[in-house]
Amino acid sequence: MAPVVPRSGDAIFANVERVNSELFTLTYGAIVRQLLTDLEEVEEVNKQLDQMGYNIGIRLIDEFLAKSNVTRCVDFRETAEVIAKVGFKMFLGVTASVTNWDAEGTCCSLILDDNPLVDFVELPDTCQGLYYCNILSGVVRGALEMVSMKTEITWIRDMLRGDDAFELQVKLLKQVPEEYPYKDDE
Amino acid sequence: MIGAGKMKQYANVLDKPLSKGRQEVSLSAFAYLFSELVQYNQTQVDNIGDLERRLEDAGYAVGARVLELLCHREKGNRRETRLLGILSFIHSTVWKVLFGKVADSLEKGTEHEDEYMISEKELLGVLDNAGFPAVVTAHFVPVEGQQRPRTTILIKYYEEKQD
Repeated sequence: MAPVVPRSGDAIFANVERVNSELFTLTYGAIVRQLLTDLEEVEEVNKQLDQMGYNIGIRLIDEFLAKSNVTRCVDFRETAEVIAKVGFKMFLGVTASVTNWDAEGTCCSLILDDNPLVDFVELPDTCQGLYYCNILSGVVRGALEMVSMKTEITWIRDMLRGDDAFELQVKLLKQVPEEYPYKDDE
Repeated sequence: MIGAGKMKQYANVLDKPLSKGRQEVSLSAFAYLFSELVQYNQTQVDNIGDLERRLEDAGYAVGARVLELLCHREKGNRRETRLLGILSFIHSTVWKVLFGKVADSLEKGTEHEDEYMISEKELLGVLDNAGFPAVVTAHFVPVEGQQRPRTTILIKYYEEKQD
């Protein structure tokens, strides 16, 4: 069987159907606003955004694997690179960079300079505890869980809180390899 | 209470130059997001009417902002004040920005004097039947600058492919 070459993020993005990112941004804003009105507590909204992201992530991973043809990543380093360069690109149209690796190679940061979720957004004083982009942390966590990686994801830097970039820390907690009852190579 | 505080200094967001609006995200990203919006609202209501109203409110917020953004960017801050002008603006410019093409047609309804219809076949395909009409109808509400008694703006659309 001929080896399948993994496709670059740009190539995939050029081939999928796309919509104007402003519609996406405004729809996300409407969601956050609804949650703030309904839930009132900023912490609750953070949790709900993460949960929504998780729900998206567990479905998004299938589309990702189908369209990108990536082979199984050798280690977590490769996983992080793939998320940053291929994953973000093919869905959000932007790439992230990967930095701040720890010594064991289980914890790193994804840095987003450009984030379509936050165009036109400013946080008022009453929402200072809000992680506006928390849906992203849920998406990554959900997607990775479906490929047997349990992770913990936290925001280190948030431009809406005055930082200069969006930095998402991804920490691998546990890798749970799937048990196959039969060899899948033959 | 959320929303009662004052806004921070407008040093940052409003000074940022407005992008040309060409940036895109994948359709599936939007679809996932919209699906979560609908699913979340389903947990908050007991009946379809409330669901539609909530989706309409969400759409209203989007529509109002789209109008502001496009007026500023495309037309140099001139806003249409006549009904036909604004409908034609929605039919071409707004539709093109949101959906990538001009709407299929803009017609005057025959039953009432002040009814118009914008028809669109295949409205994005991925959007929920119950949700989207409510969203689209609400888009028109903020553009009514004048007092127009009982102006109904209907969106008739034909879903050609089931999702």
